[in-house]
Amino acid sequence: MIAAIEPSWYLLLAALLFGIGAFGLMVRRNPLVMFMCIELMLNAANLTFVALATRLGDINGQTAVFFVLVVAAAEVVVGLGIIVSILRRRPGATADDLAELKG
Amino acid sequence: MTDTTFLEYVVFFSAAVMILGGAIGVIILKNPVHAALGLVLTLFGVAVQFVAQEAHFLAAVQVIVYAGAIVVLFLFVIMLLGVDESMDLSIEPIPIQRPLAAVMGIGLVGLVGAAIIRARDSLDINPGDGIATASDTGNNDSNIEQLANNLYGDHVFAFQLTSVLLIVAVAGTVLMTRKWPRDADGRSTDHESSDT
Repeated sequence: MIAAIEPSWYLLLAALLFGIGAFGLMVRRNPLVMFMCIELMLNAANLTFVALATRLGDINGQTAVFFVLVVAAAEVVVGLGIIVSILRRRPGATADDLAELKG
Repeated sequence: MTDTTFLEYVVFFSAAVMILGGAIGVIILKNPVHAALGLVLTLFGVAVQFVAQEAHFLAAVQVIVYAGAIVVLFLFVIMLLGVDESMDLSIEPIPIQRPLAAVMGIGLVGLVGAAIIRARDSLDINPGDGIATASDTGNNDSNIEQLANNLYGDHVFAFQLTSVLLIVAVAGTVLMTRKWPRDADGRSTDHESSDT
């Protein structure tokens, strides 16, 4: 099958998605929204993996996406656990308030 | 331009609009619930792109695991903590944080984009063994069969380790968030809530 869409278009789309996620991670202060921005960046990496796997004819790229999904699930579980612990103790805390953790 | 080619363009650009619109929604919407819904839009767009590249299994897993489990977990935590009120995004706690972040983001996209455009010719090499797509082989299960052979063949040890990772993550989270019983003095043995 000759694909009309070039793989570089997928890569550029993934780069844009990663840039938006990185920008959001730097400007948002709500820890939950920061986590969503991390998910955006992970998805950009997944899109790159699949685009290059298709282009280079290598199934290992799709397997890597599978592992990224598993690690993302584990990361969300631990991260949301930390956020629940923090916000239960200090409602409305933002990422800046965590500077109080320093000794 | 054949009809199939035109349809591929339509699918690519509508999914790209979904992805970028959802991503921008995540970072500009004030209410965390709306941001989570923007994330769903992005995840569905990525799933559509996976289908367009004939990675059918990953598209299904993307919808089930990401949109079905992770976003529901986000919404659950938002509702549990009651942080679903809108935040004032107009205040900027650290001066010039946003311009600096914009410069960094645009620079990142520019660098990666330049690398992609520079390297697009070398994307034509095709060193792999080939991906068995449904449209090439006529077998609708070919993608999932090839992925399963790769995952349980070449990467079986890594696959076992992911189960260890998930167990450790779940056990750690339970340990971290459970409320500890109070000791005989009536003080909480939980160091996190010892002064509450």
